[in-house]
Amino acid sequence: MSRVTRFAARDPGPMARLSAFMDHLRSHGFQLGVSETATATSALLCLPTPEPGAVRSALRAVCAGNAEQAARFDALFDAFWMDAGRVRQKAVPTDRAADHTSSSRRDEGAEPAAGAGGIHAPDGHDGGEAESDGEGLLQAARNANLMKKDLRDLVSPDDIRQAEAIARRLGAALRDRRSRRRKAARRGSVLDFRRTIRRALQTGGAPLRLAMRRRPDRPVKIAALVDVSGSMLVYARPFLAFLAGLLRADDAADAYLFHTRLTRITEALRDEDPMRALNRTTLLADGIGGGSKIGGALQHFNRSYARRLVDGRTVVLILSDGYDTDPPEAIADALAELRRRGCRIVWLNPLKGWRGYEPVARGMAAALPHLDLFEAANTLDDLAALEQRLEAL
Amino acid sequence: MKDLQQQLARQGYVAGDDLAMALHLAVTLGRPLLLEGAAGVGKTEIARALAAARETRLIRLQCYEGLDASHAIYEWNYQRQLLAIQAGRGEEDIFSRQYLLERPLLQAITQAMPPVLLIDEIDRADEEFEAYLLEILSDFQVTVPELGTIEATTRPIVILTANGTRDLSDALRRRCLYTHVDYPDRKTELAILNARHPGLEAKLAGQIVGFVQSLRKEELRKTPGIAEMLDFAAALAGLGLSDLTEDPAALSAALATLLKTEADRAAIPPEVAARLAGKAA
Repeated sequence: MSRVTRFAARDPGPMARLSAFMDHLRSHGFQLGVSETATATSALLCLPTPEPGAVRSALRAVCAGNAEQAARFDALFDAFWMDAGRVRQKAVPTDRAADHTSSSRRDEGAEPAAGAGGIHAPDGHDGGEAESDGEGLLQAARNANLMKKDLRDLVSPDDIRQAEAIARRLGAALRDRRSRRRKAARRGSVLDFRRTIRRALQTGGAPLRLAMRRRPDRPVKIAALVDVSGSMLVYARPFLAFLAGLLRADDAADAYLFHTRLTRITEALRDEDPMRALNRTTLLADGIGGGSKIGGALQHFNRSYARRLVDGRTVVLILSDGYDTDPPEAIADALAELRRRGCRIVWLNPLKGWRGYEPVARGMAAALPHLDLFEAANTLDDLAALEQRLEAL
Repeated sequence: MKDLQQQLARQGYVAGDDLAMALHLAVTLGRPLLLEGAAGVGKTEIARALAAARETRLIRLQCYEGLDASHAIYEWNYQRQLLAIQAGRGEEDIFSRQYLLERPLLQAITQAMPPVLLIDEIDRADEEFEAYLLEILSDFQVTVPELGTIEATTRPIVILTANGTRDLSDALRRRCLYTHVDYPDRKTELAILNARHPGLEAKLAGQIVGFVQSLRKEELRKTPGIAEMLDFAAALAGLGLSDLTEDPAALSAALATLLKTEADRAAIPPEVAARLAGKAA
């Protein structure tokens, strides 16, 4: 067991330490406000004895907000309070302009300020920058590309603005008409008793004018998975712009990149500055333009994010050419499992736009039976043209 | 906190330190407690045990898609209202408390003694309902437009459960204390089994827990929870087994209580089950 951190003699006391701890958690992505600090204080005050185990459980109950945070909490707690007897010099939080970007859903309007103050330099990844872009490569490569590709070279702010409009339209086309809630409406299938009775009062108790309820339309969530392996790099520009636009237009959308691994980039792309968003994405999706393991990536998606985020009101959008190094059964199995969650799956393949294209890539052929829609998409315009096909879904 | 742990133990609920602390804080601070975890780890059971331990009512609201205020909070008794109107009563009359049907949330805040309010599977309800719930959880009052505001007479102990059907809003998470309930470790699970089936032989109990724990490590579509483990134990006791390895056929029959999809049955053929049982022994 590590020893308890000692604090510098001049720090003003337990309250300051607690708020420094909250600041420590905040800097690790916990969303905590002043009211949480107050709750934490009163939680600690109602402990009979201040022994470390109880304090740890109490603070965990107050501070953690989801499973992932609850799992990380122990390490963060240890780092702050159990720092092997080291002296922590400054417990008082300093006033630094934090760039907490949480999931703020602000609208556009943030001009590309060259990512002022937020340029995260890629941490020099040493180790065989072997593979190059591999543009035009038509067979899948197994190894990950370690060379950094900066997404900002690929996508311009104009693209994003254009994509945003398209994403809005697509979102509208995908509206779900199967909501089970009912809302008051002029025409509907079910009687709205409350309103009917209210109106009956005007006519002396005879329910002459009936009020109705019906099910309102409800938007679906879109989860977009974009293949950024070497073979897809030439098409990356419209697709990434589309992702960036989609996330800015739709609060419920979700985005992932995959090559040999799958990375969730939703939070990064929601950054209010579109160019900084791409920069953050670049850092996350290390290995762009390398090999592809579609089956593995989808399987990973099923096991992790899909469990939480994909349900019967989700449309999973896969943007990939289907060139895969995993066995084709992997794709088929993963898609079948994904379907069981009740979602609809749309696969957009840039190669389908070619004349005489046949889905001969084995992965693609295996995937076909599990798709609700298989369409071509090369450019932003193609995506915009999908509106009607999606509406028919 | 230790008191609470013991009280729960008397109700046959074995709570770990983290969970007991969170419950203790929820009770003393009057904050709602959000429990998350896989299906079958005993989230709902916590509320039942807590209500029994505090000798108070358990009011349960099961959430589902399309749940709305008229099912969760209150509704007017329309049939009686219609009759009353035709009997010549006026507006003042028919919008009074005697025509109001109380649903779980309104019931929970108008009790004489603070009840335990269990809002089960909150993630199944839609976002709109979540927002409504937030309002009630922060003010503990319900506004009926025709009647005015009904203030809480007591503050219920609120327990929400979720198992990840969808992401909950940050606002709701921030309002609540949070505990992630995991599958219990071997020792805790054995304690649970002993609390629920006191008559079981120590050797068999150890085997059952070991078997179920190793089964959870397999790749299954539906991981067996605690309730399944208890069913499994009951089934084995019913079959008269005293050792898991003794009768492979009976073991594979009893597996019906643990493996509930066809794919899972196929993933654990009798030989694998026998091997796992051998390891657990």
